[in-house]
Amino acid sequence: MSKIIKQLSIFVNNEPGRLAYISSVLKDCGINMRAFNLAESTEFGILRTIVQDPEDGYNKLKMKGIIVKKTDVIGVYMEDTPGALFTAADALGKASINIEYGYAYSYKDKAIFFIRVDDPEKAVEVIKDQGIKLVDDSEI
Amino acid sequence: MFWNPKMECMPVEEMKKLQYEELKSLVTKLYESNQFYRARMDSKGVKPEDIKCIEDISKLPFMFKQDLRDNYPTKMFSVPNNQIVRYHVSSGTTGKPTLVGYTQNDLGYWTEALARSFTAAGIGPDDTLQVCYGYGLFTGGLGVHYGGEKVGATVLPAGTGNSERQIELMQDLGVTAIACTPSYLIHLLDVAKKMGVDIRKDTKLRKAILGAEPWSETMRKKIESESGIETFDIYGTSEQAGPMFTECECHNGIHIPGDIMYVEVIDPETEEVLPPGEKGELVVTMLQKEAFPLIRYRIKDITHIITEPCPCGRTSPRIARITGRSDDMLIIRGINVFPSQIEYTLLQIPEVGNQYMIYVTREGALDNMVLQVEIKPEAFSDNMEKMLKLRHNIESALKKYLNIAVTVELKEPGELPRFEGKAKRVIDKRVI
Repeated sequence: MSKIIKQLSIFVNNEPGRLAYISSVLKDCGINMRAFNLAESTEFGILRTIVQDPEDGYNKLKMKGIIVKKTDVIGVYMEDTPGALFTAADALGKASINIEYGYAYSYKDKAIFFIRVDDPEKAVEVIKDQGIKLVDDSEI
Repeated sequence: MFWNPKMECMPVEEMKKLQYEELKSLVTKLYESNQFYRARMDSKGVKPEDIKCIEDISKLPFMFKQDLRDNYPTKMFSVPNNQIVRYHVSSGTTGKPTLVGYTQNDLGYWTEALARSFTAAGIGPDDTLQVCYGYGLFTGGLGVHYGGEKVGATVLPAGTGNSERQIELMQDLGVTAIACTPSYLIHLLDVAKKMGVDIRKDTKLRKAILGAEPWSETMRKKIESESGIETFDIYGTSEQAGPMFTECECHNGIHIPGDIMYVEVIDPETEEVLPPGEKGELVVTMLQKEAFPLIRYRIKDITHIITEPCPCGRTSPRIARITGRSDDMLIIRGINVFPSQIEYTLLQIPEVGNQYMIYVTREGALDNMVLQVEIKPEAFSDNMEKMLKLRHNIESALKKYLNIAVTVELKEPGELPRFEGKAKRVIDKRVI
């Protein structure tokens, strides 16, 4: 039980068919992506994804020769109403916690904001103090 | 350990006398019997009697690759066809291929040179040598093969390709030494790793004779620290016979046996002979060659001659690692760039893996150089800023060393092409 979630970060060469290849490997390994985001520069990208069993996913991808890293992120439950992002971001800002990047996942009336911050432990405390619910790794 | 102590340790002055005798008789014979070479000497107004000591070699005219091409296939040969016992053909990447013919004696000194080289590298009857150079028209496979047999090593003629099988054979047969291109050894080490084979623990491979393409000292350090294999640089081109000369265990230059080949280094602009230690273009004379002449041949390799005595006891001069070919030189926005400089710079950056590709294009009137670089898995970061910084650092290092701006692209391991023969890492797409 932890409020810190292991995200998989995957190096993707930016060329036709490369994302398709990585996705096919994920499929072949039976890795189920719950949420993902793609950051790119000109020649490469970083695929960031939240998967059901990050430890298992990490090992399987490594075996396939794919460059993958585990990164700590936190998942903030947000009410699907205007202003929800502000509450969380404002609290982190006031606590001087820097958000490196984030991406959202929303399903029916639920919305989750996965964020990478420079101090995940402290961020967990700050968000909790605001009375905002965090995703537990067991819920993924 | 010496293969031929008399020749390898001959006092320098005595060797000069021997070289003079060899040159004099060679030039005299060629002037009488070889149309091409007689015409070449006449055009420079030099006669065999003008050669009075080995240094007089500088009076003789140069020969060029173009001469071999113009006289393709056998117009330059000095002996009747019934004395030719083998042909090799060099890859014609630019223009016509070059045909090399060998008499029995030509094969003799080729193998002799390799026997001396292998002995100097500590390879002998107790060794099993895996030869992963191409067998066939290329000189590498057969040349090294016979050299290995000559010193009594057990030779495994593996050729190139089928890398997993190569690793299996290496394990099964207790291979102790390998001869291949440096890029193929790197590829084999990659394959071994993927197969779960630890070169240090699971094989007996301890020595590698690497050549047929330019490589750098940083590449040597990388290979040696990753695999624990002692590497020896080998030199020799098909015109000379094939791969022939290596370093000894002191690793301070490639020994050039004086009775077989005479080396000079010249300034390519003035064509003046440069003193030892000064870098320039290598010019070679094969003193015992019979099938066709190779005298003052402009081989286009860039190096310098080392004459300081070698602790191994051999008295022969040495040539420093070939830092490039004057043919390989790229001119990027007016600045001379050798691929070897790029490799040297890249491999000093700890995050960079062993593979890279150089692409040159022209956009409008401007040359553009793009360098694709494989990064090591551990250098990957989830933080885009860090990744861009790594790219920037590589670009700055290159800019600092080469003095031109280079665009770097980061690639994941395994993404760039692997080479089994000679590595072709430079793709020049400029249309001029």
